[in-house]
Amino acid sequence: MTAIADTTDLVDAASERPAPADDGTSRVVSGLVWLSRHWSLVPAVGIVAIILLWAIVPGLFTSQDPLAIVPTARFLHPSSAHWFGTDQLGHDEYARIVYGARPSLTGSALAVAIGVVVGSLIGAVSGWFGRWVDALIMRAIDVVLSIPGFLFAIVIVVVLGFGIIQAAVAVGLTSSATFARLIRGEVLKAKASNYVEAAVTSGTSSLAILRRHVLPNSIAPTLSLITLQFGVAIMWIASLSFLGLGAQPPQPEWGRLVTDGRNYIATASWLTLWPAVVIVVAVLATNHISHFVSNRSSSR
Amino acid sequence: MTLTNESAPGSVDGTGGEHLLVVENLNVAYKVHRRLRPTLHDISFSIAPGEVIALVGESGSGKTTTGHAILGLLPENGQVTGGRITFRDQVLTELSPKGWRSLRGRAVSLIPQDPTVSLDPLRRVGEQVEDTLSLHSNLDAAQRRRQVHELFETVGFRDVELRYRQYPHELSGGMKQRVLIASAIAGEPDLIIADEPTSGLDATVQKQVLDLIDDLRRRNRTAVVLVTHDLGVAADRADRIGVMEHGRLVEVGTPEQIFDSPQHPYTRRLVGAVPSRSAVPVRDVAAVGRREPVITVTDLHKSYGGTDAVAGTSFEVHRGETFSIVGESGSGKSTTARVLVGLTEATSGSVSVLGKDITRLDRRGYRPLRQDIQIVYQNPYSSFDPRFDVFDVVEEPLRAFQPPQLPWKRKKANRDRIVAALEAAALPPSFADRHPAELSGGQRQRVAIARALVVEPKILVLDEPISALDVSVAAQILQLLENLQRERGLTYVFISHDLAVVRAISDHVAVMQNGRIVEQGAVDDVFSRPSSPYTQKLLAAIAGRKLVHL
Repeated sequence: MTAIADTTDLVDAASERPAPADDGTSRVVSGLVWLSRHWSLVPAVGIVAIILLWAIVPGLFTSQDPLAIVPTARFLHPSSAHWFGTDQLGHDEYARIVYGARPSLTGSALAVAIGVVVGSLIGAVSGWFGRWVDALIMRAIDVVLSIPGFLFAIVIVVVLGFGIIQAAVAVGLTSSATFARLIRGEVLKAKASNYVEAAVTSGTSSLAILRRHVLPNSIAPTLSLITLQFGVAIMWIASLSFLGLGAQPPQPEWGRLVTDGRNYIATASWLTLWPAVVIVVAVLATNHISHFVSNRSSSR
Repeated sequence: MTLTNESAPGSVDGTGGEHLLVVENLNVAYKVHRRLRPTLHDISFSIAPGEVIALVGESGSGKTTTGHAILGLLPENGQVTGGRITFRDQVLTELSPKGWRSLRGRAVSLIPQDPTVSLDPLRRVGEQVEDTLSLHSNLDAAQRRRQVHELFETVGFRDVELRYRQYPHELSGGMKQRVLIASAIAGEPDLIIADEPTSGLDATVQKQVLDLIDDLRRRNRTAVVLVTHDLGVAADRADRIGVMEHGRLVEVGTPEQIFDSPQHPYTRRLVGAVPSRSAVPVRDVAAVGRREPVITVTDLHKSYGGTDAVAGTSFEVHRGETFSIVGESGSGKSTTARVLVGLTEATSGSVSVLGKDITRLDRRGYRPLRQDIQIVYQNPYSSFDPRFDVFDVVEEPLRAFQPPQLPWKRKKANRDRIVAALEAAALPPSFADRHPAELSGGQRQRVAIARALVVEPKILVLDEPISALDVSVAAQILQLLENLQRERGLTYVFISHDLAVVRAISDHVAVMQNGRIVEQGAVDDVFSRPSSPYTQKLLAAIAGRKLVHL
């Protein structure tokens, strides 16, 4: 034990000293070394970046109109003109996937945002006030968590009505229980910390302590859960759309595209295959990034 | 590499005659970020049987690394890059792992730094001591158990069979350290490396543990390498002291040589930093002027779940003076401090601060008072929000009493006062933009002091503010506190377990034991004519009385 403590002291001492100025080249080298160890991050980040660009500027990636109906071009096989083929109305499948990124991603982002905000609030209130408030909220969350999440989301959508926003709200509320539990733990930890006590003796009011110290320090450790939840949200929103509870036609959305293609799976399998592949790749890429984030935060 | 370097200061041998351990030109380096960082440079010294040599120095000076190199216990990234260590006729630096195993515990053993983490929490302590015996002797189980009982008697346990069956969590820190000592001496080693064996222990417990080590070496002619940051301990217990700085052994000599005629400038600095030796001006109580009480505590009780942490204390603190509360861990001194700064409510009694009765105030009610009373903690780093830079940390008390405003406007408006507070704590203004993680321990404590000063309080509660610091840094912080008090007429409530420090800086002192004040009064009276037996015991336990002439 003592030996370990001693070396960390040394590492501390080393990091206290500013790096020598002639480190320009060695910084490049150490950057390359880091990359060679984390090479798999490059495709993951690349995939997420491309999908984000699809959502932001779809016009850059395809000149086709995703809603244009071309009766003469129905069920065309993938070709150089139509990379992923065309569907029963002559829509270009590639254009529909590119344009479908926006509702899928905004839906997921909204879902995660709702999950984080609602979950943090509930968790913060629970951890900060403690006692019976805490007991009440945590038991309610236990109940929510005992219901299979996807079923719970379906129930919420049915209550709220169909549509991508409603689906996002449903997924967000479902995931907020997980966030609430995590944030509560972090709030309890921060509440007992010396810096919160120091803030009290500095004269900072309780509300300001919650806002300035407790919440920011509690949310940072949830970063990996946020990225992980993003992948889950993509999948769940696509699934809700697949069931017809999310995006409504003719709006292109990944889950929706899979449903539409399903009717022709025997004759035009590309209509199911490509949107499904895109969903899988997108989820895997975000999961991989989440893995990296959680490894890094746990190793610190 | 030369085998012996006669001119090296370390090769001076105080005893003459046979050597048990000879360290010659030892060089050790650590691999940090794939680069070899030299940590020890040409360390040379030797020990005769029955001799105690103390290695003193500040953190990072390489004293622990030296101890670990002797035991072959360098961490994985550490390696001996030159020189040799000879024990009897064996060259330790060339030993195989198997050779080491037969040597450790039997011939050389370690008393580790932190007793709380050095025992297996899931096994009875007796069994853990027995491990050494089953490795290094041919005794059967019953004999081993008897042997452990004997060892426990040697280290001063009375009910040995009960102790044998206890788990580490049932023992206090001092008892755990005794178990570890029993384990270290089980193999009857010729050499013990004691790595800060008493750093986490109270003064009276520290004395017992050190007496025990003393006793062992006298009885068995065991040689001891005592690694310590505490010059007092070194002065009391060592035959020779080796002073280390930046991985070099800069001076070796008897305690008298080191303290009365230090040769090396670093030794002189280190010795000068010992609290009661440092040039703190003699306090003139009369100059404090009118004795106007700013804190009045009457019959304060504070209990947690039925047990009294503070059981009826009464004292008065006057404007401009330093009032110290001393005691060992669990004496209730920190709880008293927490009541004073409104972190916890008193159970009964009355407490008034600056004329305001705070006994029944909750946190919100106490808030206005915080501009006048601030606290400095023992561990500054953990009292800073990890997301905050120095500016934000120091700004916090200011911000607490300001109406909300736009961040950039607020920061601009507060900058001058923050820089002033940093300068008052003897830090350059440029530190405002740094992060506490980049600072040293002493600098962090200065930031904490700046934070406390920024609202220009009248009272500072100092809760062990220098206990975690190296001696020379601690001396600087004490000097800073002295200056601030003189310039600003601050009143200090100083919480400490260190009597030498208390004697150096206080006007009045209260000695606490088990939640009660057993004795209080002017510092000279208490220290020169202690009336309670507990105070006498505490004073007797101060390490290094030899050197500070209390």
